[in-house]
Order: sequence, then structure tokens, then C-alpha cells
Amino acid sequence: MLRSWFRFDPGRRQFFGVAAAAAGGLAWAAGRTAGQAPGQPSHGQHGQPAVPTAKDAATPKADHEVAHGGMITVGEVDNDRNGFDPTALLTDWETGSVERMADGRMLRTFEVEVEDKEIEIAPGVFFPAWTYNGRVPGPSLRAKEGERLRIVFRNFGSHQHSMHFHGIHAARMDGVPGAGMVEPGGEFIYEFDAKPFGCHLYHCHAFPLTRHMHKGMYGAFVIDPDPDLHPEHADVARSRLLGTPENAEWQEMMMVMNGFDTNFDGENEFYAANTIAHCYAKRPIRVARNRPVRLYLVNVTEFDPINSFHLHANFFDYFDQGTTLTPTLKTVDLIMQCQAQRGILEFHFREHEPGLYMFHAHQSELAELGWMGMFDVVEDVA
Amino acid sequence: MTGIENTAKIAWSRGKRGNLIWLLPPFLLLAAVVGWLFATDQFANLSRGAPPVENLTVERTILDDQGIRFLVRAGGSEAMTIAQVQVDAAYWQFAQDPAGSLERGASAWISIPYPWVLGESHTVNFVTDTGATFEEVIAVAVPTPKATASQLRSQALIGAVVGILPVTIGLMFYPVLRNVGREGMNFLLALTVGLLAFLFVDTLEDAFELAGAAAAIFQGPVLVLSAAAVGFLCLTAVGRRSGTPKGTALAFYIALGIGLHNLGEGLAIGAAFAAGLAGLGTFLVVGFAVHNITEGIGIAAPILKVRPPLSTFVALALLAGGPAVLGMWIGSLAFSPQWGALFLGIGAGAIMQVIVEVSAYLVRSNEGRRSALLSPAALGGFFAGLAFMLATAAAVKI
Repeated sequence: MLRSWFRFDPGRRQFFGVAAAAAGGLAWAAGRTAGQAPGQPSHGQHGQPAVPTAKDAATPKADHEVAHGGMITVGEVDNDRNGFDPTALLTDWETGSVERMADGRMLRTFEVEVEDKEIEIAPGVFFPAWTYNGRVPGPSLRAKEGERLRIVFRNFGSHQHSMHFHGIHAARMDGVPGAGMVEPGGEFIYEFDAKPFGCHLYHCHAFPLTRHMHKGMYGAFVIDPDPDLHPEHADVARSRLLGTPENAEWQEMMMVMNGFDTNFDGENEFYAANTIAHCYAKRPIRVARNRPVRLYLVNVTEFDPINSFHLHANFFDYFDQGTTLTPTLKTVDLIMQCQAQRGILEFHFREHEPGLYMFHAHQSELAELGWMGMFDVVEDVA
Repeated sequence: MTGIENTAKIAWSRGKRGNLIWLLPPFLLLAAVVGWLFATDQFANLSRGAPPVENLTVERTILDDQGIRFLVRAGGSEAMTIAQVQVDAAYWQFAQDPAGSLERGASAWISIPYPWVLGESHTVNFVTDTGATFEEVIAVAVPTPKATASQLRSQALIGAVVGILPVTIGLMFYPVLRNVGREGMNFLLALTVGLLAFLFVDTLEDAFELAGAAAAIFQGPVLVLSAAAVGFLCLTAVGRRSGTPKGTALAFYIALGIGLHNLGEGLAIGAAFAAGLAGLGTFLVVGFAVHNITEGIGIAAPILKVRPPLSTFVALALLAGGPAVLGMWIGSLAFSPQWGALFLGIGAGAIMQVIVEVSAYLVRSNEGRRSALLSPAALGGFFAGLAFMLATAAAVKI
């Protein structure tokens, strides 16, 4: 009985507050720290409370360990066990094998295999993923505009899967049921021309799409422009073409914004760029101050309508879907992407002092559930 | 002594020792089967790759200038690991003590350096290594009371006002009630039974609710009913060592039952109070005091025809009301729901004991006529007791 009388109903919090204050809150007043006005926090300097951890006691914190103010996942992900390292994923382009065809065109062949695999998506948290080539996101396929592409796809998973490319191709190469859907143990070869140039993606188009997407079946698919086909912007095109000296000047990286619903309730428990929550917060991405940065950004986040990218203390030019050689948005520090939307961000830190520059989704919740990281801007990268 | 008798005796003593040996086979069989099942994992094919069942119960929550601390207890099918902790949909650094995975039934403290906001609500999610989440809501964040002198004093004051004071006031009706006749006596005893019946239901209800909040490993409802049965049987057995209790002894049993009830209640209020769930206003505290006055009258009823010394009254008041103070202290400083459920269960058993004994006393003081229980005076008293408790409860119930 006493219990139900004193029970708290959050919906009536205000009433209680008033009642307790008016009635003198018998016990409560006595419990307060002397001299404190009602309603004032009794834990004044609460900006950076620190529960000391063993690590805190032993070593002073590195800069990037201070920047999050205690709001971060605890521990480290075992990259070796996962078989992929998020720092390596940034620049790990899959270019396949190339041969010249009879008609003189280049044929580029990729091999992709599906594998069910448990991956550690945040320190100590394991997720039963479906993967392309054992990694999430899948391999970042990169080709040149106009090449013939052949993707040998084998499904060693437990469900039917496909590769549905965002690009231009025949209906029978679309990777939907009836056109390149592969049963477990099966194989299919997707074949089409690399066009249009841009920053694209591929993903599994088996149904239910939601489950196949959020289990990890997606990856970046970048088609570099052929400078010969774009004489008006040949310099820009050359800088985008992997393997040219102009391209080598750029610090290129690929980020796939994704999330994981670990308890399968239709909401993501973890968000990240390239799967591992907080990976670039704990290991900031080193960037040379004097060289430009080009970021291929893809959003595959399931369940949330949009995701976003915000760069601290800097602005960038944005090429929506990467299908143009001039920016579609100039001088912005934030862009939004719905699922499967993607684009290219170009920026530099030439006029910045070295230091840690944060980037994250500007939906605070997504950022605080893992999707934040930092650029460690240095004079030069060795 | 004949030979036959001798043989029989030897056989009997052999048989006795032989019987003990026969204890071995059932245990050996059990050990063998368990060993075989664990060694060969016969049921592996039944799991079909399903993840282990996980369960996590928060038993205590402490908010202070270091952030938030939780005492959690694991209750899964296997040892489980807390991998990450979210507070209000953000991952926070946390420290676990002791660290590592939690065995089934094991508990640990989780400390989070979270800048909680006074008077507001926070939601904490514990994420295990399988990605399962366990949510704990802090309905309203207030600093957890510390064992300071002023804190203990103010809690003691509340406990005294809702526990000791009303019993004392009830006992102070003693001189007035002493001169009641047979009918009046029946009325008062039945009134006691009525209020005890109310407390019995109330206690069980609270016990079951706390049992529901406790970790599954404690098997809440069974725990409550077992505790009630043990409380009832032990107290009845002790009380009847020399006949059914009456007079001062019966008064002490009533005081004990009410005291255990108040202890459980005190635990619960103290815990609610510590968790920021209690909006303790003077109005409510006074309401309680009035509500509990009948308890004193009930305790006084069996001793109307004896003349106990004043010290007896003091002892009765402390026994019945004092545990409220004790409960407040324990509840606000160190409380887990399973303990509350256990004490309330024992309390329910104790109350049932005095219901039985007061009824028996009523029958006995009417020359053993059971019909006295249904006499107008007795029924009137019973209903009056129930009605008074209900009415005073309604007046303060929000």
C-alpha cells in the first residue's frame, strides 16, 4: 500500500515536484546539500565526471580520447578476427583483373563470394552478418568508365542473394528475383558496361530487402571518368582516375555509412562509417595538411530515413552521386543522404593548423551511437 | 533371550547400516547421467544454432556526482557479457566490477560517468556481446541518499511518524476501551481481524510486485508464498507451545506481524525514495499516520482484560512501528527487490498467523462458541476494520 501511494508516475512529475516543494518534502529537504536552491543540480561540475578506469589511472589520455568526453564505446574491436581493418577499408579498392578484349576494349573481372560470418561491429558486440567477400561493407569495386565489367558471383551463404548494381545495365543483369538471383551454392556472372561514371553502390536485392540490407549486403561501386571522354574537364577527370599521377596527389578514401540492429527490433543499436562503431574516433584518420582529400561517401543505413555527414571547422564541395565533374553543391559543411544515396566530397586543410578535426552524422543520436570519427591533420603523412 | 530374537536384532542392525548404503545408487545414477549429458552434449541438436537466452536485472541504482552506478544480476542460460552501455541513446564509457563475463546468478556493479540531469528521466540500455539489449529507466534522476546523519535522522522521522506514532496513538485508546463489555470486546477483536485482513492482502500484493522486479533466478512468486508459509507455520508453532496465545502474548504476536509488514513497507518506501520515485509530502505522511492508527487499537484489543505495565506498551509500539524506521534505512541505502519480497512474504505469513490466533481468541473468550465469529458485533467489527483501512487509504491515495 505504502508503495503504491509513493509510486512515481513520470507523466505527473510536475505535480509531484510542486506537491513536494509545497509540502516541504519532509525528508527530501533534509537530504539536500545545504544552501542549494530547489531544482538546482546537486552535482555542479558535472561536465566531465570521470569514473576512473584502469587505463585512466595508468596513462595520460591521448587527444582523441579526450574529445568525446567519456561518451564512447569501451574497448577495442579485434580486426584480425573480423578479417578486415576499418582503417584499411578506407583505401582498399578492389580493381579486379584486367584484360584486353578482341575489340580493343578493356574487360575487368571481379570475383565476389557471399559468406555468412559473425563480425564484431563494436567492441565486444557480435553480429551475425551476411557478407560479400567476408567483409562489411563488401569490396569497394573500382573501374574506369567504358570498360566491360564481369562480376563472377558465388553464393556460399545460407539464403539466396544477388548483386544489384546502381548503374546502367540490362534487365537480366539487375540482380532481382528472376534476373541474377543466386540460390545457396549457386553462381551467376553479371556483365555490363561501366557507366555512368560516379560514386555508386551495389547491394543484395533478395527479399525481404530490409533484412538483406541491414545484415551487411552492400558495398561501394566507383566508376572513374575517362579523361578522353570529357575534354572540357580533362584535368578533373584525370584526378579522379585511379592510377594517374594527378590522382595520386589526392588523399582518397571510401566510407559507407551503415548501422546494425543487434536485437532485431527494427532500430539500429550501432551506427558507423565502415561498420565499426567509433573506429575513426579511436584511430583518427591521418590526413596531410597540404594535399586535398576526396571522400567517396555512400549511405546504406537501414531503418532511418536519412543519414548525414558533417565536417568540423571546414567546408567541402559535394558531387551528388559523383556523376558530374563540377560540384553539385559548393562550400557546405553538411550533406544529407537517404538510403543508397551517395556522393563525393572534396576538401583540404591547407589553411588549417594541424590537429584533430571531427566528422560525424549530424543526427546527434546516430553520432552518439557510434557514427563519429576524426581526421588527424598533420604536416605530412609519411 | 531366544536365538530367534538375537538373529532378528542382528539383522535389524545390519539392515540399518545396509539402508544407508542404499542411499548411494540413486545419487550415483544422477551423477552418471549428468556427467554423461555434459560430456556428450546430447541436446546440441535441439538448440539448432539459437543464441543463448540472456537476462539481466537491475537490482540497485545509485546516482551521485560520479555519475550513475547499477548493481546488475545476470540470469541467462549461460554466462553473459555486457559489451557496451548506452545512456539516452549514446554509448558511454563504463567500468564493471568485477570485470568479465557474468555467470548465471552473478552480480556486478556497472559505473558510468554520465552527467545526469536532476529531476529528469534517463534510459539506460545494456548491450550484451550478442547484441541483445536490456533497458533500465531512471524515472526521475535525484541523488541517491547517502548514510549521513541528517539523512538517517529524517528517514527515521518519517518511519516514526508512519510506524511508531500511529501504533502509540492506537494504544492510547487502551484506558477508554478497557471498560467495554463482551459485545464491545468482540467488536474490537473482529476489527483487528478486519484490519489484519486488509494488511494481509496489501502485503502479498506488494510482495508479488517486488518479486516481479527481482531476477528470475529468485523465482519471486514461489519465494513469497514459501516465505509466507514458513512465517505462518513457525510463528504458529512457537505461539502454541503452551496453548493458543492470548493476552499479552497475543498482543506481541500481532505487533510482530504488523512490525514485519512495516519492515517490508519501509524497505519498499526507502528504495522508492532512493530511486527518486517518492514524492513525500507532509499530507501523505500524515495520511499514513491516520491510516495506521487502527494497528494500535488492534494490538491493544487482546490485553484489555489484563493490566500490563507501561513498559509493555512501549515495547509493543516499538515492535510494531520500529521496523518501519529500520526498513526506511535499509531500503534507501542497500536494497534489492528479492529481499523486499522475502520480508514481505514472511510478513504476510505473520499476519495470517495473528488473524488465525485473534479469531481463535475471540471464539475462546465466548465460551468456545464459533457462532460468535458471525455475531453482529463481530461482523460489524470486521467490516469496520476493513472499511476504516479502505477509507483512510482512499483519502490519501493519489
